Amino acid sequence: MARLTLTDIKKSFGETQVLKGISLDVQDGEFLSLVGASGCGKSTLLRIISGLETADSGRIEIDGVAVDQATPKARNVALVFQDYALYPHMSVAQNMAMPLVMGRLPMRARLPGAKWVTPGHAQTRREIAAKVQQVAEQLRIAHLLDRRPAALSGGQRQRVALGRALVRDPSLFLMDEPLSNLDAKLRVEVRREIVELHRKSGLTFVYVTHDQVEAMTMSDRVALLQEGHLLQVGPPGALYGDPASIDVARFIGSPEVNLLPVRAVAGGLQLAGQALPVASGQPEGTDLMLGIRPEAIRLAGSGTGPSFGLQVVRHGVEDLGGELVVHGALAHAPDVALRLRVQKAPDASAPLHLPETFAAEVPVGAVLLFGAGGQRLAVGQGASLRTEVPA
Amino acid sequence: MSDLTHTPDLSLTDRITGALSRVTPGRIIVTLLLLLGAWLMVFPFLWMVSSSLKPTSEVFDSDFTLWPKTFAGWQNYYDVLVTQPYLRYLTNSMIVCVGILVVQLATAVPAAYALAKLKFRGSTILLGTVIACLTVPINVTSIPIYLGLVKAGLLDTYLSMMFPFLVSVFAIFLFRQFFRAYPDSIIQAARVDGFTEIEIVLRLILPAAVPAAAAFSVFSFVSHWNDLYWPLIVVQSQEKMTATLSMMQYKSTFDINYGRTFAAATVVTVPMLLVFLFARRAFVRGITMSGVKG
Repeated sequence: MARLTLTDIKKSFGETQVLKGISLDVQDGEFLSLVGASGCGKSTLLRIISGLETADSGRIEIDGVAVDQATPKARNVALVFQDYALYPHMSVAQNMAMPLVMGRLPMRARLPGAKWVTPGHAQTRREIAAKVQQVAEQLRIAHLLDRRPAALSGGQRQRVALGRALVRDPSLFLMDEPLSNLDAKLRVEVRREIVELHRKSGLTFVYVTHDQVEAMTMSDRVALLQEGHLLQVGPPGALYGDPASIDVARFIGSPEVNLLPVRAVAGGLQLAGQALPVASGQPEGTDLMLGIRPEAIRLAGSGTGPSFGLQVVRHGVEDLGGELVVHGALAHAPDVALRLRVQKAPDASAPLHLPETFAAEVPVGAVLLFGAGGQRLAVGQGASLRTEVPA
Repeated sequence: MSDLTHTPDLSLTDRITGALSRVTPGRIIVTLLLLLGAWLMVFPFLWMVSSSLKPTSEVFDSDFTLWPKTFAGWQNYYDVLVTQPYLRYLTNSMIVCVGILVVQLATAVPAAYALAKLKFRGSTILLGTVIACLTVPINVTSIPIYLGLVKAGLLDTYLSMMFPFLVSVFAIFLFRQFFRAYPDSIIQAARVDGFTEIEIVLRLILPAAVPAAAAFSVFSFVSHWNDLYWPLIVVQSQEKMTATLSMMQYKSTFDINYGRTFAAATVVTVPMLLVFLFARRAFVRGITMSGVKG
């Protein structure tokens, strides 16, 4: 159990500045995901937290105690690696016991064969074996304790790696893309198990992933990193529904958000010649970006409330079973691409048929507006509630 | 033959035809070449064993026979094994070879780990120095080392016989190549788990490096067992003579008993053959895995 505080962490490798001043506060018992594209510095940040790398500047505190100079062992953090990093020549039981052996036995009792020479530590050894057994049962790998890692499947190795991290009762539980080597089905399963593990153990988790779905589904809060900057930290819903900038909106959400170039005009916005009733509060003639989530575009007439209409040309349809992802473009401006997510009716006996060109509508409250610099802007109600779609 | 090709209900003639059908001109040529190569390798040994059974007069006889016309084997081997303190020489060789090997491994493994996995200032230059040292032959350093040993009064001791070989640059290089392939994430996991660096080497890397260690052990053991040059310089008494050096005794200004010399050579060679046979599998694996050829 621990609270982690990072203050202005900077790190460079040679000429490349990987982390450009990261400040982050992780609450006790929180599950925080560090998410970002590969190369954004999230793994480096995790290594700095674990003590495997040292930051060039900045401060790391665990429970208010500065640990910048402490070894990984002294920080009492557990780290689960992407490739599990199990000790290949040791059995599962030995792998899991290692952190405890290293932590609780003195050097001379760790030498090979010392078991027979130093009977004084028999009690500690029994405790270690009992703890390994208990954690193994908790993770349902007790029947594998005698095996070598090479004789395990990917999912089992993953559990052993989790077990090795768990036995030592770490203050911080760090995970570096632990699911990326598993197949899709197993990934969902282990994802649930990790969340369950977090709930039961009450430990502070820091979880690094490039997969936004993992970040969104597992964490209490998500921290989005890009090119060494922390873009936004917040609950998954906030990053999705209330992104602080255009980069956040673009990264979070799949299929990607629709970003349409618009211009501020009197009483609203202009999208490729079409007036939209969305008040931006910006001076007339300012170029802006309008963000619309794919599911915010619905078929015309299927909802109520203030909205504006769009005429869409259908290009391609991906049938995901429960819903359709439609790729298309604005009918009067073919270079403005649009992605839509259309829910199928629950009784999908009649296949949903979309004509070549169809009318769609977007609730005014569902749009995101960004300035030229990518910053988020407030949106108000425009002059007219419903505009006519140009022919 | 595997179970797949060996079907019991196949008749004898079928099997002969099957075997013959696999004989192609290419295979014949390859087999002949391999036989020739094997013969070139094995013949000196056969010649040595054969000569060790002959009296000196017959060793250089113009009509060479594998089996001696006059059998002098008993006499030759009796002279080597019984009239000489051969066991003493063998023990000396053993002490020197084992001593050298143990210190070489104890110095090379940590050095190789540091060069392969630790980031520190000057590591590239150090590695370059190590590689450069590979090119310096023993003959260059032998005179200063000899003079130093004379000054220290260490001539004719086991230490003087081992001294120039205690740190093997080749071993450092071989192990470094081997350690480099070890996954970094396992080392990092070990650091998080609380391993000290020495424990990382001993508990994780060394168990994985057994093939390399076996390969190097064979190299080291054979070369120091067969070494004549350095013992010849520093050994003065018969007490400290190595097995290889002892062969020199049969050569005097007036007479060389070649039969006995060959018998001694045979006896000296046998332990090395045994070492290689036992370590063969690990040896081959170590050489192929590290990508270093000796």
